[in-house]
Amino acid sequence: METVQQLRDRLAARFPAARVELVLNPGVAAEHSLRLDAALGRDIALFLRDDPALRLDYCSNVTGVDWPDKEITDVVKTTVPDPAGGPPKIVEEKSVHVQPGCLEAVYHLYSMSLKHGPVVIRLRTGNRADAVTLPSLTPVWRSCDFQEREIFDLFGIVFAGHPDLRRLLMWDEFKDHPMRKDYVEPDDYEWEPTAHGAVLERAKAHQLAAVAGVVDPGQSSANPPKAAPGSTTPATTAPVKEAKP
Amino acid sequence: MSDAPQSTPASPRPAPAEGFPAAGNISDADREELRRHGILLTSLEELYNWGRSNSIWPLQFGLACCAIEMIAAATARFDIARFGAEIFRPSPRQADLMIVSGTVTKKMAPLVVRLWNQMPEPKYCIAMGACAISGGPFKQGYNVLKGIDRLIPVDIYIPGCPPRPEALLNGLIQLQKQIKGEKLTGPDAARHTRADLPSEYPIPAYGAHDLEPAKNPAVWTPPAPPSA
Amino acid sequence: MSCSDFNDLDAELTAFGHPGGSSVRAVHDQFHGDLLEVSMGPQHPSTHGVFRMVATLDGEQIVKLKPVFGYLHRNHEKIAENTTYLGSMPYTDRLDYLCSMSTNWAYALAVEKLSGQAVPDRAQYLRIIMAELTRLVNHACLVGFLFNDLGTSFTPLLYAFREREKIIDLFEALSGSRMMCNYQRFGGCRVDPTPEWLAAARTLVENFPRFLDEYERMLTGNEIMLARTQGIGRLDPAHAVNAGLTGPVLRASGVDYDLRKVDGYGFYPRFDFRVPLGAQGDTYDRYMLRILEMRESVKILVQAFRDLPGGPIMDPKAKLRSFRPKAGEAYGRLEGPKGELGFYLISDGTPNPYRYRVRPPSLINLTLLEEMCLGHTIADAVVILGSIDIVLGEVDR
Ligand code: SF4
Repeated sequence: METVQQLRDRLAARFPAARVELVLNPGVAAEHSLRLDAALGRDIALFLRDDPALRLDYCSNVTGVDWPDKEITDVVKTTVPDPAGGPPKIVEEKSVHVQPGCLEAVYHLYSMSLKHGPVVIRLRTGNRADAVTLPSLTPVWRSCDFQEREIFDLFGIVFAGHPDLRRLLMWDEFKDHPMRKDYVEPDDYEWEPTAHGAVLERAKAHQLAAVAGVVDPGQSSANPPKAAPGSTTPATTAPVKEAKP
Repeated sequence: MSDAPQSTPASPRPAPAEGFPAAGNISDADREELRRHGILLTSLEELYNWGRSNSIWPLQFGLACCAIEMIAAATARFDIARFGAEIFRPSPRQADLMIVSGTVTKKMAPLVVRLWNQMPEPKYCIAMGACAISGGPFKQGYNVLKGIDRLIPVDIYIPGCPPRPEALLNGLIQLQKQIKGEKLTGPDAARHTRADLPSEYPIPAYGAHDLEPAKNPAVWTPPAPPSA
Repeated sequence: MSCSDFNDLDAELTAFGHPGGSSVRAVHDQFHGDLLEVSMGPQHPSTHGVFRMVATLDGEQIVKLKPVFGYLHRNHEKIAENTTYLGSMPYTDRLDYLCSMSTNWAYALAVEKLSGQAVPDRAQYLRIIMAELTRLVNHACLVGFLFNDLGTSFTPLLYAFREREKIIDLFEALSGSRMMCNYQRFGGCRVDPTPEWLAAARTLVENFPRFLDEYERMLTGNEIMLARTQGIGRLDPAHAVNAGLTGPVLRASGVDYDLRKVDGYGFYPRFDFRVPLGAQGDTYDRYMLRILEMRESVKILVQAFRDLPGGPIMDPKAKLRSFRPKAGEAYGRLEGPKGELGFYLISDGTPNPYRYRVRPPSLINLTLLEEMCLGHTIADAVVILGSIDIVLGEVDR
């Protein structure tokens, strides 16, 4: 099979309008990948599937990756000659810029008929908030069906053209995308034999709330809290406050 | 006990009630003595508990890895039939025992509670495996309920990941002991005989971020802080 | 259900590349009256765990079937991204809890690919021995469960579990746990089997064909079984490839794709074995293929015991503590008993993986469940599901 570089060149010749980047994998495995232009993603995928030399008829693994915004500190070193005539000083100027984050879908393609692979292709969204639409490749490879639904569920990428885009693993009413790096889990009291650090702090809040007889912090405010019988402290949680004029 | 002199009763005997004395008022030593003469004395309570404890029908209901060990306990090598619990019923209406065998996820928890509510009293619950007890290895998971005892009452906990089939059998024997000791009347009567205790528990709803409510305070509250 | 719903159904099927053709259209013409929606599971004796399917029935025939997942979603991937590479190894046991040994290997394979770790010869042989023993356990139990779904109520399963107990005892003697073996490490295996263990395992494997013969005498050719499985749940090869089906389900449709041959991972190229293929792609072929694969596994095991070399079981350069692979990514896969089991890892040079993903064969093999069941009765859907061989720990992770 041709190398990824050759494939990139061939794709660039075939789809002059599309931007196809080679993403080098610095690791030992050296499985390099191609980042495709999301707008033409489906056309390129069709080409990859039907091209007689490639025949990538089998899409094995589809997954999402979350790349949050990253603060990058640039350090510029300048050598300033000392006005007093001493040795020149090195002054470091730091500037911070934010590299915008994105969500990425990664597809591992193989050929069952020619028995080669993998070719790894990636599609990137514009950002992590509102431009999260990518073309669905389910019409090209049916095996993406559940896996794209899973990415929609856990990462929040919307696949345009997916025939049945619903949450796969979490319930439909669920609002979050738990596999994102900035997801915060609901605060359940967690028992540990030797709790320490953050676990201990979180556990204490629950335990104190239980002693005070108020609904503990993990409890949703949707159900009205009840003061324990005999408790002198009035319940001080959100719904009660709302009831005040 | 048979060596004890007959003149000294093992326990002070309360005055018999009108009519027949209750079997519970006859001392163990006397009953043992009668039994050796071929007379079997029992009480309705004991007979009832003996029958129930030896035919516990579990709900056929597996959640995760632990369920495989539950099936193994039912096969020839471990043979749960020796304890009268081999009839796994697929319908909760016919089951006495719910073995929560595996991880209860938040998506599954409302259904587990609903199954529990559908079971008729008297009913018992075994939490089998670390996951059912506390979330086990998966307790950091956002979709994992940290112990089924947050939503329904649990009678027996069987630790292990997974517990061996022998451990499940031991749990079953413990449950049988519990059933045999149950009282039908009086202030410490068993749960199913008391009208003031609930038989059904609220089913949590799927919320936007978590179950609502995530736990049932009537069943479970976090333990008091060690220092307070 | 109204007419417009029928149109939706058509649109849906067309979108999936399904022609929406005769087998479907004939079922839902306007004269069939009311349809019935049946939700099976997640608590149902024949859904193999907490799997749920919502079937729309016309009489007894299925016109629409939607699987519902997530009742065992235990957040394996999220937990793995918050722990070290080695810390995830015990969790892989609990993915496919019937086959912990091969799942361990798949994960070790991916990490070794990521870090360029070598594996000594003896460990490679031991891995093959464990993986093939696991395949025997899995296929024997699967056949038992399949017959449960066919209505034999437990009897074949008792035989299968008798054999399983023997193999599980071996695993326990070796690793200390019956089901959750946690046996593979990056760069080798954890425990070296004693000569007694090897002798016991060899005896077991030599006697295994006798069990298979007994099993087949009971099951293959049984009239009810033939009537209920032949021609049921046909799967056509082009569809199966496009839907990414792998493992015995794919090979029963006649597609020759076995990663033990294609990728030649481990030391499989040194072994002489054949890949059985089906012709019809129906439930019967899927059953038969498992029996044949077990016979091939026995062949592999006999060769492995014969050729097992001495030497270390861990690469001396392997690092277990403070293990940090170089930044990069890798996708490692192997032929698990249920299909292609893959792990996709992205490392950013820290002790925890940046992205950890399991490619679950059980989930993807369910992609065509609806197509396989359309036009069959609801009782057949249960059998078709049984023949696909899913384990919920892996479907939902
Ligand atoms: S306790 Fe262990 S074996 Fe049981 S369900 Fe949980 S992870 Fe699986």
